[in-house]
Amino acid sequence: MDSEYRFSHKHILGLADLSAEDIQVVLQTADSFKEISSRSIKKVPTLRGKTIINFFFEPSTRTRLSFEVAAKRMSADTFNISNSGSSTVKGETLIDTARNLAAMNPDCIILRHPRSGAARLLADHIDASVINAGDGTHEHPSQGLLDLMTVREAKGGIAGLKIAIIGDIAHSRVAHSNIIGFSKMGASVTVSGPATLIPPGIEELGAQVSRTVMEAVDGADVIMALRIQKERQQDPLFPSLREYAKFFGVSHKVVAAAKPDAIIMHPGPINRGVELDPKVADGTRSVILEQVTNGVAVRMALIYLIMGGD
Amino acid sequence: MPGLILLKNGRVIDPVNGIDQIQDVLIVDGRISAVAPPGTLSEQPGGLVFELDGKWVVPGLIDMHVHLREPGQEYKETIETGTRAAAAGGFTAVAAMPNTKPVNDNQTVTVFILAKAAKAGFAKVYPVGAISSGSKGDHLAEFGELRQAGVVAVTDDGLPVGNSQLMRRALEYAGDHDLLVISHAEEMTLSHSGAMNDGPLATRLGLRGIPHIAEEIMVYRDLALAEFTGRPIHIAHVSTRESLALIRRAKEKGVAVTAESAPHYFTLTEMAVDGYNTLAKMNPPLRTEADVAAVREALRDGTLDAIATDHAPHSELDKDMEFDLAANGIIGLETAVPLTLQLVRENQLDARRMVELLSVNPARILGVDGGSLSVGAPADIAVIDPEKKFVFSEESIQSKSRNSPFLGWEMQGKAVLTIMDGRITWQEPISS
Ligand SMILES: [Zn+2]
Repeated sequence: MDSEYRFSHKHILGLADLSAEDIQVVLQTADSFKEISSRSIKKVPTLRGKTIINFFFEPSTRTRLSFEVAAKRMSADTFNISNSGSSTVKGETLIDTARNLAAMNPDCIILRHPRSGAARLLADHIDASVINAGDGTHEHPSQGLLDLMTVREAKGGIAGLKIAIIGDIAHSRVAHSNIIGFSKMGASVTVSGPATLIPPGIEELGAQVSRTVMEAVDGADVIMALRIQKERQQDPLFPSLREYAKFFGVSHKVVAAAKPDAIIMHPGPINRGVELDPKVADGTRSVILEQVTNGVAVRMALIYLIMGGD
Repeated sequence: MPGLILLKNGRVIDPVNGIDQIQDVLIVDGRISAVAPPGTLSEQPGGLVFELDGKWVVPGLIDMHVHLREPGQEYKETIETGTRAAAAGGFTAVAAMPNTKPVNDNQTVTVFILAKAAKAGFAKVYPVGAISSGSKGDHLAEFGELRQAGVVAVTDDGLPVGNSQLMRRALEYAGDHDLLVISHAEEMTLSHSGAMNDGPLATRLGLRGIPHIAEEIMVYRDLALAEFTGRPIHIAHVSTRESLALIRRAKEKGVAVTAESAPHYFTLTEMAVDGYNTLAKMNPPLRTEADVAAVREALRDGTLDAIATDHAPHSELDKDMEFDLAANGIIGLETAVPLTLQLVRENQLDARRMVELLSVNPARILGVDGGSLSVGAPADIAVIDPEKKFVFSEESIQSKSRNSPFLGWEMQGKAVLTIMDGRITWQEPISS
């Protein structure tokens, strides 16, 4: 790596903003933080005196917990503000709330929000660093990075791999961040799902589209199943969860079409028996629990890097 | 009391009278008294004289699609501020869309608007009534009384008329009262909660897309209804290539259709919303390069009859937020002239065509005064300096709102003198 390189981002709003070199640095930093997580005393004083606010407008136990654990392991003070507890439900806007948060002098705000672009909006209106923990159907960069980390660990690298992402590509910020991240790092990404859930121009993010799931997973090194949201049945995007599972679920038969050593991923929480056969989810090729572990390490790395660690 | 005004040595562009040459124009008591070769009209004592070398003297511009927000949303715009913005943009008349609060679906609201407009006095206001009560799409509004009160056309603009039978009946019944029906063409089940043009950029931004067919299907329906009923229809804010192809074909068949587009549709593409720029959020949404090219072509070849701004003021309270939640629309009255002149400079339009699109045709379509400099006509005149450069800035805006994607743009071409019924409604320093 170029010795002149510096990680120079104040915010993490999406993988679209990060270069391959930036991603490489995040993953390397995450590797070293993962080691901390394996110690008996899992805490370092790196961010003592720093304030981090977890600002969650959508229920998300796992992502919020993962960020909170990451911040605490680096000794930062953390506060959680969730949708029901915040005043936004009373008609206060995101920007108003941001101004009130600014009074707490946070160093970093971790935002989960149902609207695309919300993290950027917050970053434009507050001095603190902002990490996007998922904005609408736009991006979920820490999830993308932890998926990259997990694949890199399992496969020894990313370039040249074939990644198959199956399911609701249109509404999945995880899919968007993964398509951008994996293609930036030299993997080829193929997506498949019901035509109603493949958005126009997804190729421009770096994905190829396969008409069938079997074709998408053919020769794949990684199969990632996406969570299907039950509300989508009403939209109307597909007829029933039953039919979805039958034609688009990742089953043993689907896995058999991939490479023999292909790994199975899912961003969680899983609808067992819908997008993922339970036997596949719990099988030996599943790295779903690794994803959770790596989530903490990646989030430690992101917080550390944007808060001026060097 | 308006007295005498002499406009000297300007380039008079008056398509209705076939004039495009240097002339002097004399205004007496609110009407055009004479248009004659330079120097042939004598200056009168006590009269105002303007030396207009290099300036265009054109019939007052008429914007047939504006939202003045009064009554009900005076924090965004009032009839006074909106008409002042019109005057600053060279407009002497505007057609006010009915989606106020309450909706202009009855004569009381119409009378209120006309009274306010008469008092403000910066531009003529032609109220447009609603097609359906409350623009709810259920029952016809009282077209007869609306017409008597002064409405010139009907539309549920802001919303389409989703019910095809209601639109058919509106076209038929509007004929009884000599009212034009204006279509806001949008198939709502397709545009359904969309925030921008459907396509790769919407995918990248994670925003729900409005496909171009949402407009085109409704344009087709309304053209078919116009043909079926034999009644004229006007299609508002056309934004897509295929809509224009449909309108072109209908005109060839002899359907009585007229259509407008807005400066933003021939100037900007969807790329203007990148970065979640809510100042470029509007409905119909900004489209693609191909659509921009098609709008320009249609302005040239007559498929489009008018340029209307769809002036839609919104405050920061409506715009400074998550893109999905932000209001649709931009202000347009003060940028229409420079943006249209840009097409003239690029040889896409000539000056005469620009005047047709911004004055002659809107007057004809709405059936109102104006659109010419005929002797005896009300003296509604815009003087445009086609060379004047300015930066479109928040400080310069006369509208009460500042929601424009053109903020900070270097513009060329400006109305420097606007006259309505012989009275000066806008004036700024005129270079010599
Ligand atoms: Zn409209």
